[in-house]
Amino acid sequence: MSLFFLRRLIQLIPTLAFILVVVFVLVRLLPGDPTSAILGDRALDADVARINHDLGLDRSIPVQFVLFLKAVATGNLGNSITLKLPVTTLIAQRLPVTVMLTVMAALMSLVMAVPLAFVAALRRDELADSAIRGTFQVGLSMPVFYLGLILLTVFGARLGWFPVGGYGDSFGEHIYHLFLPAFTLALSLAAILMRNLRAAIIGVVGAEYVVFARSKGIMPGVILMRHVLRSALISTVSLFGLSVGTLLGGAVITETVFAIPGAGRLMIDSIYGRDYPVVQGMTMALAVVVSLTFFLTDVVEAWLDPRVAR
Amino acid sequence: MTPALQVRHLSTTFGHHGTPVTAVDDISFDVMPGEVLGLVGESGSGKSVTLRSIMRLMPHHSAVTGSVLWQGCDLMTMTEAELRRVRGGEISMIFQEPGTALNPVLPVRVQIEENLRAHTELSAAGRAARCLELMDLVGIPDAKRRLTQYPHQFSGGMRQRVMIAIALASNPKLLLADEPTTALDVTIQDQILKLILDLRDELAMSVVFVTHDLGVVAATCDRMAVMYAGRIVESGPVPAVFAQPNHAYTRGLLGSVPRSGTERSPLLSIEGTPPGLTSRPAGCAFHPRCAFATDLCRRESPALQDRAAGQAAACFHSDRVIAAGLAGS
Ligand code: SF4
Repeated sequence: MSLFFLRRLIQLIPTLAFILVVVFVLVRLLPGDPTSAILGDRALDADVARINHDLGLDRSIPVQFVLFLKAVATGNLGNSITLKLPVTTLIAQRLPVTVMLTVMAALMSLVMAVPLAFVAALRRDELADSAIRGTFQVGLSMPVFYLGLILLTVFGARLGWFPVGGYGDSFGEHIYHLFLPAFTLALSLAAILMRNLRAAIIGVVGAEYVVFARSKGIMPGVILMRHVLRSALISTVSLFGLSVGTLLGGAVITETVFAIPGAGRLMIDSIYGRDYPVVQGMTMALAVVVSLTFFLTDVVEAWLDPRVAR
Repeated sequence: MTPALQVRHLSTTFGHHGTPVTAVDDISFDVMPGEVLGLVGESGSGKSVTLRSIMRLMPHHSAVTGSVLWQGCDLMTMTEAELRRVRGGEISMIFQEPGTALNPVLPVRVQIEENLRAHTELSAAGRAARCLELMDLVGIPDAKRRLTQYPHQFSGGMRQRVMIAIALASNPKLLLADEPTTALDVTIQDQILKLILDLRDELAMSVVFVTHDLGVVAATCDRMAVMYAGRIVESGPVPAVFAQPNHAYTRGLLGSVPRSGTERSPLLSIEGTPPGLTSRPAGCAFHPRCAFATDLCRRESPALQDRAAGQAAACFHSDRVIAAGLAGS
């Protein structure tokens, strides 16, 4: 197990290297260039040359890449053009908000999906099953921003139970502010997870080893948790890991709807404002978050299924 | 001597697209204390379903009727809690495929321990000691290390030993073995059979052995019951049945086994295939394949009747079957 952990950790290195290359290339493929974004359309040639030199854009691409690597290695991701702040500061400010939103959404979706999948699977084709699946089908077919707007109008504006925007100042307030947006995000993921887990549970309940476990006379709760849920979760966990990328994408929209100062909104603003250093830094940070998630997913999967960890 | 287990009028039906099909059809048999009973038949004859029905392990869409008396109590009408005490504690079961019957994601120790936890008052230390003892009992060396391993790290034969260790954890009085050696190599088969017999002696258990292999029956069982199309067609002490089958189907089965008795061979000598669950013929279900069949056999279903030498058979023409003997089959 620990060997598997180590090997998987080492595998992160090429992933991160790949991310660096992609980010470097991607930013240079964006339409427009940073210099004209800084100076505007009517800049003097001399100014353009000076800025190009400051940004290192007058060097050859390989040299630029080496400089880029050097900068990343020293933790210097440049300054935001529009906000005039170091990109690292911006990441430190904004990324935690998005991560927290995503984590909350992920937890909420699990809390919804796991028990309901159990009920649906064990009451297969009965009323409860149809009701649960029908409700989630609706949740799944509604666009995130639309759902967000409805929840915001009803629970935020109309009932006043939740704030209609912002992030708050303390950890408790963060949770309170992020509750509705996280719930919005969680619904569609919960629907996917529920469907997957329900099918997995139905498959496992009829498995020979569950029949054998029943023949041992152990408690039904033990059979469900130890023998059924654990095996059923294996496929759901990998789906869950893969969904986190989607969840981050959804967070961008949710942050816009709920006016949350997270990484997603910063990213959108920066793309519109041609704020290349921020786009570059943020893309890298989000990519690192996603690959860390994959790593964690693999570890959990290996813990659930010892056959993986060989 | 009173039987340890009395099965009476056990029937199992599946809801098969509206029309229920009968997998086990009104069977009755006894198992004496310390006895090894062989339940013999081709696949689809209902022998495995019988075992699972006894333990109430059939899936929801099936219906089981009849009674199964275990030490005076009917397993069929027990509450779930009472049943849990019997399952794994007094009656244990081992399955055909240890590869699928053991949970692949749990270490062997956990799978043995949960039986002990359910049926004994042992402390954690006591359970750990008992786990080691059980591994020794079923002949798995290096027990301490092996207990922490997962089923995929064991060979087929070793896995079957693990399953036996789990089944025997709480000293059951009856072991229901569902083709426990079918999935194994021949040499391993013999080891496992011998192990089960040794343990029967050591622990004074009764055993019900489900198998399609007459060689296994000859080598291990005291009494046998032959199943065909969900019914018991012949039963009796193994030597008596082998010497003098009263049912045409049993005669056909024995005809396929070399007379030395212990060599294995599949049941292939009878013309045709057994009927499917949905296409059981009227009358004696064996009549389409039977050389002795008459109009009576096609019309009516023969009841299981006592014969000489403690045997019983469900055949209208036992006398002709006996007269034909085993020669020439
Ligand atoms: S009852 Fe008739 S058909 Fe059935 S086994 Fe006996 S002789 Fe054959």
